[in-house]
Amino acid sequence: MPVSPGPLNARVALTLEGDTLAVALAGTWQVTESRPSWAGLLGAQNPARVRLVVADVEKWDTSLLLFLFEVQQWCRGTGAFCETAALPEKIRTLLGQLSASHATSVPFDRSENFITTVGLATQDVAAKGRAIFQFVGECVLSAQQLVRNPRKFRWRDCLDEMQQCGAMALPIVSLVSLLVGVTLAYIGAVVLRQYGGDIYVADFIGLSMVREMGALMTAMVLSGRTGAAFAATLGNMKANEEIDALETLGIPAVQFLVLPRLIALGVMMPLLALYANALGIIGGVIVAFGLLGIPPAAFWIEMLTIVDLSDILSGVIKATAFGLIVGLSGCLRGLQADRSAAGVGRAATSAVVTAILLIIIADAIFAILFNALGI
Amino acid sequence: MADPILPPLPPAGGPAIEVANLACGYDGKVVLKNISFSVARGEIFFIIGGSGCGKSTLLRHLVGLNQPTAGTVKFFGQSFTDADTVTRRGLLKTFGMLFQSGALWSSLTLRKNVSLPLEEYTTLAPREIEEIATLKLAQVGLSGFEDYYPAEISGGMKKRAGLARALALDPAIVFFDEPSAGLDPVTSRKLDELILQIRETFGTTIVVVSHELASIFDIADRVIMLDRAEQGIIASGPPRALAKTSRDPRVVEFLRRGDLLLQ
Repeated sequence: MPVSPGPLNARVALTLEGDTLAVALAGTWQVTESRPSWAGLLGAQNPARVRLVVADVEKWDTSLLLFLFEVQQWCRGTGAFCETAALPEKIRTLLGQLSASHATSVPFDRSENFITTVGLATQDVAAKGRAIFQFVGECVLSAQQLVRNPRKFRWRDCLDEMQQCGAMALPIVSLVSLLVGVTLAYIGAVVLRQYGGDIYVADFIGLSMVREMGALMTAMVLSGRTGAAFAATLGNMKANEEIDALETLGIPAVQFLVLPRLIALGVMMPLLALYANALGIIGGVIVAFGLLGIPPAAFWIEMLTIVDLSDILSGVIKATAFGLIVGLSGCLRGLQADRSAAGVGRAATSAVVTAILLIIIADAIFAILFNALGI
Repeated sequence: MADPILPPLPPAGGPAIEVANLACGYDGKVVLKNISFSVARGEIFFIIGGSGCGKSTLLRHLVGLNQPTAGTVKFFGQSFTDADTVTRRGLLKTFGMLFQSGALWSSLTLRKNVSLPLEEYTTLAPREIEEIATLKLAQVGLSGFEDYYPAEISGGMKKRAGLARALALDPAIVFFDEPSAGLDPVTSRKLDELILQIRETFGTTIVVVSHELASIFDIADRVIMLDRAEQGIIASGPPRALAKTSRDPRVVEFLRRGDLLLQ
């Protein structure tokens, strides 16, 4: 008589009586523990009837049902008669539900064919592009209204945001800018030293920080810090119906929530970029003095021979544009967020990705534009 | 000169809300169709039905948070669905809404939450606005909590503060989205009493989305019942009459537990 392996708490004893196989289950049957396999127990036997008995089962849960269902399925497959009369009523009911769930359960295939996927993705890109233009348009219209009626503008919120995205960002902007200055100076020093042009590291640092790296690195830091925060805040407000509450009062979310944030970033970004320029140059001075032995005064004088006001202005213009891009991306993605915790997370991620992408595109456009204008 | 905080008085006579052949849905999917009903002035009107039947969807379309795919909504005889910006803004002043979660602006204190509609729609001095906000908060039993932030108060208090904000402009209609959701029975009953009190004091028309049978039988003058499969209204009338006379098994099944409350 085959018996299930000893260590298992769930035990099965098979007894062949004529053409009937009596399957007597005993012990403890729990899903958290192993259970015998019907196919393994049965081996080569092929009975015409199977009688299920659970009289000696001490404790059971879904594990027992799965085993019994396995036996029933085997009987259906082979045409054997499955005798369940000896099973308690509640087990028979649960087995019935299990069979019914298998019969009605249809896997929901969400996959699409290649062409449909490409089509949907194209539509999605077009819709996202349209949404960006619509949003920018709304912001421009709200800004017009603000100019006509500045009393309606939420100056206090704007000042709060200025503190959050400006003053509170100083430590991280300081660190990043200083290290960027140091890194650039090292790279410059290695190359320029070979040609005896050590002093020109001042020109290299000055120009690259003021025209490019100050604004760009600050924008990158703020897209991760402030853009993501804007998206998470607005996304959370959307999930909590706070944006709906504004709409039912006829207060446009753009006017109430977006403009104060945009203006705060538009004002603080150039200031932060100027600060980042200074810190980057200080980083360059430290390396120039420590590695190349160039005194700070010599560094400064050399730098002023190449960096003029137009360079600083171009950096400031870029920084303002980047600030607006970070603000727009954060607010747009926040307002587009799904009404769920996952939706808020996705909005924050999307805000950072959108901001960085648009900043790089804008930077390239500025480079072409400034070159064409001779700035 | 009219008091600037009051909304323009709706023309006398006629229902407060008229809904005709409204079709509601999202992303091309139809949720409700051919919805027609009207709500009399000063009536407490419930939109009831099982979960997922489209009660909140209907409410969102009524207050303009979603655009209906067909049909019209009129407030005091004026069309809201195809109103121009100025008319729409005027109509928005005539109603307030209490959201399911309270939907208080988390960055503002309760006083500021209630003050915002007044700042937006009136030319009152800041001190007067503050006084009105304090009064509205007192009306809903939140005296002493004016300078609390929404995160610092309980769910029931948030709902009451949301109601104070909805009442800030003394609207002629107040919409409630599942006011009892997440509240204990005592707080829920107090909110019902508050709704009755608002109606008695100001003659406000009240529209409530709910499936809370105790509230339905306690305070509703009339209900419409929505059904998911039907995508529309399957019954309308006073709740007690419906519970006693309806032969529709869906209505009977929904209100059956209410029978126990009636006994």
